[in-house]
Amino acid sequence: MARKYLLDFEKPLVELEKQIEQIRELARDSEVDVSQQLLQLETLAARRREEIFQALTPAQKIQVARHPHRPSTLDFIQMFCEEWIELHGDRNGNDDQALIGGIGLIGERSVMLIGQQKGRDTKENVARNFGMATPGGYRKALRLMNHADRFNLPILTFIDTPGAYAGLLAEEQGQGEAIAVNLREMFRLRVPVIATVIGEGGSGGALGIGVADRLLMFEHSVYTVASPEACASILWRDAGKAPEAAAALKITGPDLLSLGVVDEVLPEPAGGNNWAPLKAGEVLREALERHLGQLLRLSEDQLREARYKKFRSMGRVLDSNSSEIGIGS
Amino acid sequence: MSLFDWFADRRKGQFVGKVSQETDESDGLWCKCPECTQVVYRKDLIANSSVCSNCGHHNRINSEERIKLIADKNTFEKLDQQLSPTDPLGFKDRRSYSDRLRESQAKTGLKDGVVTGICTVEGFPLALAAMDFGFMGGSMGSVVGEKITRLVERATSKRLPLLIVCASGGARMQEGMLSLMQMAKISGALERHREAQLLYMPLLTHPTTGGVTASFAMLGDLILAEPKALIGFAGRRVIEQTLREKLPENFQTAEYLQEHGFVDTIVPRTQLRPTLASLMRLHGSKKIELKKK
Repeated sequence: MARKYLLDFEKPLVELEKQIEQIRELARDSEVDVSQQLLQLETLAARRREEIFQALTPAQKIQVARHPHRPSTLDFIQMFCEEWIELHGDRNGNDDQALIGGIGLIGERSVMLIGQQKGRDTKENVARNFGMATPGGYRKALRLMNHADRFNLPILTFIDTPGAYAGLLAEEQGQGEAIAVNLREMFRLRVPVIATVIGEGGSGGALGIGVADRLLMFEHSVYTVASPEACASILWRDAGKAPEAAAALKITGPDLLSLGVVDEVLPEPAGGNNWAPLKAGEVLREALERHLGQLLRLSEDQLREARYKKFRSMGRVLDSNSSEIGIGS
Repeated sequence: MSLFDWFADRRKGQFVGKVSQETDESDGLWCKCPECTQVVYRKDLIANSSVCSNCGHHNRINSEERIKLIADKNTFEKLDQQLSPTDPLGFKDRRSYSDRLRESQAKTGLKDGVVTGICTVEGFPLALAAMDFGFMGGSMGSVVGEKITRLVERATSKRLPLLIVCASGGARMQEGMLSLMQMAKISGALERHREAQLLYMPLLTHPTTGGVTASFAMLGDLILAEPKALIGFAGRRVIEQTLREKLPENFQTAEYLQEHGFVDTIVPRTQLRPTLASLMRLHGSKKIELKKK
């Protein structure tokens, strides 16, 4: 498999891969049996890769999460939808390309699929605005969620954004208001909502489609309150301290699992989802169907109550007279 | 520097400005308006709701002063004062989060950046939250989120209208994702308040930005703002960097937001109480006697 895009911590693997490639070519041209050496080298490479990826720092995970070949929302949709029709527009003059959605069939079940969409190369990324949605994107997402609510379709969202778009037009059109309304309205939905952080989850821009009954996250995905770069330049007064900020902010799956923010961390193949996108698709599909099965057993009221309770319990405070938590006086 | 330049500088007020900035934070009898440099008697300024009588500049006030300006005398009953922040991530940048907390607590006399309670305004009962910008930039962590959520829930169960005075730089980074989740938590509580057909009004004061703008600040049935308050989602510098073009002069001011349809009405601070009372009356609130303590 040709790999054009290497992360710096993957460099130790390059030598090994080159050797493997060379031996393969040799074997192709001659009659010498090299399968033994190949196997050895391949095992070694796999082990190396596993070691490297098991010990990734938060800053390195961000690099994996932002990998241009990491499967995107549309990739996943293509992988597990037998039928899929993209739906466009916020009915208010905009069709954001960074936040897409549509209706699809997974197994026997119709679902609404919504997610941020990044591009693979510069040209695509410009069209997709690097996965940074404008207010029109969030309003389109809400329109589709309301549609799903009306027709009793479970909602699956895919989070993959550095953040909501910060620009003149976005402010003019009410970026804050658009996200805020989504946060509130998602509590009202009577259908199950499952959100998955497939790449990077950047702050409010991620949360704008992330108020869900279940929040899943891939092993090398990250979810941040503020980008480590911004955090470093504000708190450390030095953008170069982004790796320190990335570690301090607790942005990885296991961290967020222990903080009670995330419900499940989905394993990735060594080397990340970009190494085996089809496998990633299988893992995600299995998890989505499993959680959906659980959620579909709840009544509409139970579902909404559980969603409220889930978010209600988030946060850590010291209550010096915890016997009086009650709200009535 | 030529003589002409010197005069030009003087006219721009830079020369005077340097001196004035030192004095306006002092606790002296007199203070200078940071906007128009008019010198006023401090007591007069406070009597005028900390609004400059010359240019109308709204000086920043803390949560205590804010509550005093809104609530009928001696009616404000504080809630959930027992809640204080923890350091869930063990966060440390150049300084530790717990140090920063202690410093802000000492400076403001508050446990965290919001004061919540129930009061009356011209006799109308109101659930009121006032954020305090002096406490770590009014940033929203778990305590701010929890106190506001509890207030919203109480307003819902007691069928009270709700006012949240916003003043915040956004989510508190030191509590990581727990801070971000407060946006969702409060929005969920507001959904229930709304479902109960109760009136919610945020008052956006200088500055209201980031995660607060992207949640409860923009969820009002009616959205009020103070004149010239900075209100926005992203910071101006970030936008300038991505756009590399000049932004409109009044960009992200209350007036700009009103022009674009995101603020119902801009209320000068001196008119706040009568405006609130009138809005509550118009929405069917009935006057009550709150038992004075």
